[in-house]
Amino acid sequence: MTAVRSVAAGMNGQIKMLSIKNLHASVGDREILRGVNLEVPTGEVHAIMGPNGSGKSTLSYVLAGRDGYDITDGSILFGGEEIVETPAEERAAKGIFLAFQYPLEIPGVATMTFLKAAMNAQRKARGEAELTTPDFMRRVKVAAEKLNVTQEMLRRPLNVGFSGGEKKRNEILQMALLEPKLAILDETDSGLDIDALKTVSDGVNALRAPDRSMLVITHYQRLLDHIVPDVVHVMAAGRIVRSGGPELALELEANGYADYVGAAAA
Amino acid sequence: MNAEPRILHTPAEVTLADAFSAARGDLPGDAGVAAARVVAFDAFQKKGLPHRRTEAWRYTDLRALLRSVPPAPPAEPASIAIADLLPGLDRARLVILDGIYRPDLSDLSGLAGVEVTGLDTLLDQGDERVGALAGRLDDAMVTLNTAMMAGGVAVRVPAGLDVTRAVEIAHVTSGAYSVFARNVVTVGAGASLRVVETFTGPNAAASVANIVTEAVIGDRAKVTWAKLQAEGDAAVHLGTTAVSIGGESQFDHLTLMTGAAISRSQSFVTYGGEFARAGLFGATMIGGKQHADIMLGVDHAVPNGASRELFKAVMDGKAEGIFQGRIVVRPGAQKVDGKMMTQGLLLSEDASFSVKPELEIFADDVQCAHGATSGEIDEDMLFYLLSRGLPRAEAETLLVTAFLAEAIEGLGDEAIGEAFEQIARDWLAGRKTLA
Repeated sequence: MTAVRSVAAGMNGQIKMLSIKNLHASVGDREILRGVNLEVPTGEVHAIMGPNGSGKSTLSYVLAGRDGYDITDGSILFGGEEIVETPAEERAAKGIFLAFQYPLEIPGVATMTFLKAAMNAQRKARGEAELTTPDFMRRVKVAAEKLNVTQEMLRRPLNVGFSGGEKKRNEILQMALLEPKLAILDETDSGLDIDALKTVSDGVNALRAPDRSMLVITHYQRLLDHIVPDVVHVMAAGRIVRSGGPELALELEANGYADYVGAAAA
Repeated sequence: MNAEPRILHTPAEVTLADAFSAARGDLPGDAGVAAARVVAFDAFQKKGLPHRRTEAWRYTDLRALLRSVPPAPPAEPASIAIADLLPGLDRARLVILDGIYRPDLSDLSGLAGVEVTGLDTLLDQGDERVGALAGRLDDAMVTLNTAMMAGGVAVRVPAGLDVTRAVEIAHVTSGAYSVFARNVVTVGAGASLRVVETFTGPNAAASVANIVTEAVIGDRAKVTWAKLQAEGDAAVHLGTTAVSIGGESQFDHLTLMTGAAISRSQSFVTYGGEFARAGLFGATMIGGKQHADIMLGVDHAVPNGASRELFKAVMDGKAEGIFQGRIVVRPGAQKVDGKMMTQGLLLSEDASFSVKPELEIFADDVQCAHGATSGEIDEDMLFYLLSRGLPRAEAETLLVTAFLAEAIEGLGDEAIGEAFEQIARDWLAGRKTLA
């Protein structure tokens, strides 16, 4: 299916951007991920669709390294490297980015201060020089204009008083500035009207690149009209239960998740 | 409540009585002041040190906490290097070393037209500025200060004078001594003044500083006042600020508490005229076994006053933070608008924060409210920052600084606020990550 791209992924064609094997994760006594297997080759965009409670958001948090989940079995290889024990901030520096479904409002932390701290922290972790202020300002200006993020928004505390659409645009702005290798978009379409959905999708599409992979998590098919995936996976009851091409999303839109909910419970 | 004379005195109370007997002949003041000292000491001795059944001091049981009282500072003036806690903040400086105003160590430039006098001069002349506000307070530490006050400084800003350069009143303790100082600040009608009050001393010196400041703020005056309590790690800090604010005046006050083993900072604000506005802010940062108690009393004695109170406290280690806030609206003081918020942030499981807000309202057309929260660093916010690659220590520092900044910035003075935020960042940089 992806023979050409897998050459770009490595000489032996085996090293994937993301390779999840038999991943089990629990919160307390409750197992939420029950053996997830998923491979995302370098340069591809994969979508994960599924009903509420199927474990989609948990998968995104576990990939980003959030505390509070017990990984009871399985592995997560990022660029061939095991990251299950790697703290969130180190995963970010390695190139994993999570666009939050509900970006946090952080009063008292100026958006620009935060952006600069994040960019420089990642550069420092990779042994790169910190950005000069003019270089930083230029990068923000260029990226912000594309996403219709105003100077007024940038002057405010991080996400404070932002509308749903502004928050999502701010997430994609961060993604553009941090230039991740793997971007995980968790329900990025939620709370967006049609215009905002187009702005955000255009922003995401502009960041598609041969050396960057994306995992787009969504409940609805409509986002995938704008961000067309290479592969669609269906998640139910903590597992990937089916994979296919973009047409699978249309099938789900027509038939709903009832078949999968039933099959997973059985 | 505690009418019957107590017979048993704690060792600290006995030491204080001996100290008063030994010092009273040498303390400054005319006959009236000398008589007032005796009355005050008798009053103190009848009640003794405040303890847990003294409602206003219930969280700071001095009878238990103050095991001993160090000696008075030596008569020979100490000579010590005074640290600059606020680099970058342009200000004049009035140095109170071991409780005595030291013109030779002070810098009065930029204070043309401002009258600066040693407290001893006022006491020798029986000047009525001393005790004008403190005399109305029924508080054991203020009463003890009235008996024992040895020095301090008086600052008078004439009506209409706009003093743009900040004035630091720098209280420096040179060692393990008992210090009793009194300052008097008078701001004339329509004048403006920016005050930074600092309290410092060496680590490992079990000093006890009892400092009372009285400030009378005239009509339409504008005063910004920031207090920085950064005493040494074995010190006891007992500070009281009594303020009267005139009609249409604006008074903004910030208390930043980070030093001392045991500290109690009291502020009492009385509205002397209508349409006055007060903003009262606090930022406490303590760790180890520190105990820091802020007591606030706001007395809306007249109608149409507004007050905003925002107190934030960050506790690490086994530290104990305390906030008691009392807003009183007197009968007839209609249209008063008072809002008080207290927020504690616990950085360790062994730290604690006690809050006691009180509203006493005797007028029917007022808007008063209070709220209090206490919790840990928000895990969701922390993860958001970590997920962007910020190291844990940096992410925590950003969140805690932001938490405190809201109170520090409430003061509304950018230069002072920036200097105080730097102190917050330095404090956070000195502690390890929480994980």
